[in-house]
Amino acid sequence: MTDLFDKHKPIAERFERMMAMGVNAVGITNDKLLSPTRALIQGRETILAGTNNYMGITFEKGVIEAGKKALDEFGTGTTGSRIANGSYAMHKQLEAELATFLGRKHCIVFTTGYQANLGMISGLAGPRDTVYLDADSHSSIYDGCTLSGAKLVRFRHNDAADLDKRLSRSEDNEGGKLVVLEGIYSMLGDRAPLRDFVALKEKHKFQLLVDEAHSFGVLGPHGRGLADEAGLEAEADFVVGTFSKSIGSIGGFGAGDHPLFETLRYAMRPYMFTASSSPATIATSIAAVKTLAREPERRDALRRNSERLFNGFRNLGFEMGCEEVSPVIAVKCKDEPSTIMMWNALLNAGVYVNIALPPGTPNRLCLLRCSVSAAHSDAEIDKVIEVFAKVVAGR
Amino acid sequence: MTDTAIIDEICRLLAPHNPKGVPLSAATDIPKELNIDSVGVLDFIMEVEDTFDIEIPMNVVAETHTIGDLVKVVEARVRKG
Repeated sequence: MTDLFDKHKPIAERFERMMAMGVNAVGITNDKLLSPTRALIQGRETILAGTNNYMGITFEKGVIEAGKKALDEFGTGTTGSRIANGSYAMHKQLEAELATFLGRKHCIVFTTGYQANLGMISGLAGPRDTVYLDADSHSSIYDGCTLSGAKLVRFRHNDAADLDKRLSRSEDNEGGKLVVLEGIYSMLGDRAPLRDFVALKEKHKFQLLVDEAHSFGVLGPHGRGLADEAGLEAEADFVVGTFSKSIGSIGGFGAGDHPLFETLRYAMRPYMFTASSSPATIATSIAAVKTLAREPERRDALRRNSERLFNGFRNLGFEMGCEEVSPVIAVKCKDEPSTIMMWNALLNAGVYVNIALPPGTPNRLCLLRCSVSAAHSDAEIDKVIEVFAKVVAGR
Repeated sequence: MTDTAIIDEICRLLAPHNPKGVPLSAATDIPKELNIDSVGVLDFIMEVEDTFDIEIPMNVVAETHTIGDLVKVVEARVRKG
């Protein structure tokens, strides 16, 4: 008999090597949350600088109250999918609020952000179509592509000329073409050069999906994401986003203006065959969307904090994931053992960041990945820089 | 282009991914024997696509394991183009 776990032995060995150097960097436990930017980890008060809590909204009083009220009035869960008994008035309300926020005709809400990409990509593309995806795409995009059954063509990261070449090379053209980009790429924090990609639409006749997971709430005059910032929303046929970052809850959305958009509800398996979000989750998401619309100053605070951390790291001479300031600030490290060692030292000094290792990173990079929050104080940002100066600088 | 020319070119493209100098043949399993992770394989396939100016969709990569498999994929597409 072949043990099904045989194939996972290399993972187990890699995990053991990591554990020999400290604690589990990919399964850290928060024992208590003190604020959007602080937690108790291993009994120590720790600054959270890797939680994608961009708007710092997770402890907002009004948002929490909305969640408690929904819990009292609608119970703990919906016990059903959206196409059965799991659609409550508040699910429809959240979709309407988001459509308004995004300036789109239609919006569909998913139970997780991962499922939003799975659902949207597999709903839009089918076996006769081709999906062109950026090489650095998030795993949810890769998995959505696989689920779609479409032909999958990968192009070089952020390289519109490379996409142009691959679109020109395409063999069987009877199906539709979907190009998938991200607003801000989660590992390096760089943005898609949207204008360059949009310029290819006329020549190659494709439809464009932009995943604004890390840019929704963050970029653009309305906080809608990269397409908003670039003034190209009309060219982005579909947008995807998540509630687990700027919205501070869990879930995701897909939005667009296509007249048949609503039919996706009956064509997306990750939407149809899973329970809908719990009432408390939906209520907090609605309250958070309203807060984002009401308080654009959160975006300004996030930008200021991101610049503060970025410039602090630059002054320390770090090589970073990209040269433009975004809330994702990744420091490139030499190799896996030194990255694990430094990650442990950061944690022991009271700073939590993400560790990012191949194959989860582009170009086999080892990264200490920070994400900034609007709720970080200057003192917290300065403390992160100070600890990085001690632990990372000079290595 | 002959199969031999294709295999030579693929081996040349694989050289930077083969720091340990594993002997390469048609039977070499690219990810397993050269210890290349999933993303590394996709990056390598992009180089193959550009070298031969062909399209190798990811769906095809999933079923391509050995150098011999890849030669067949390239050969069929070079001929079609």
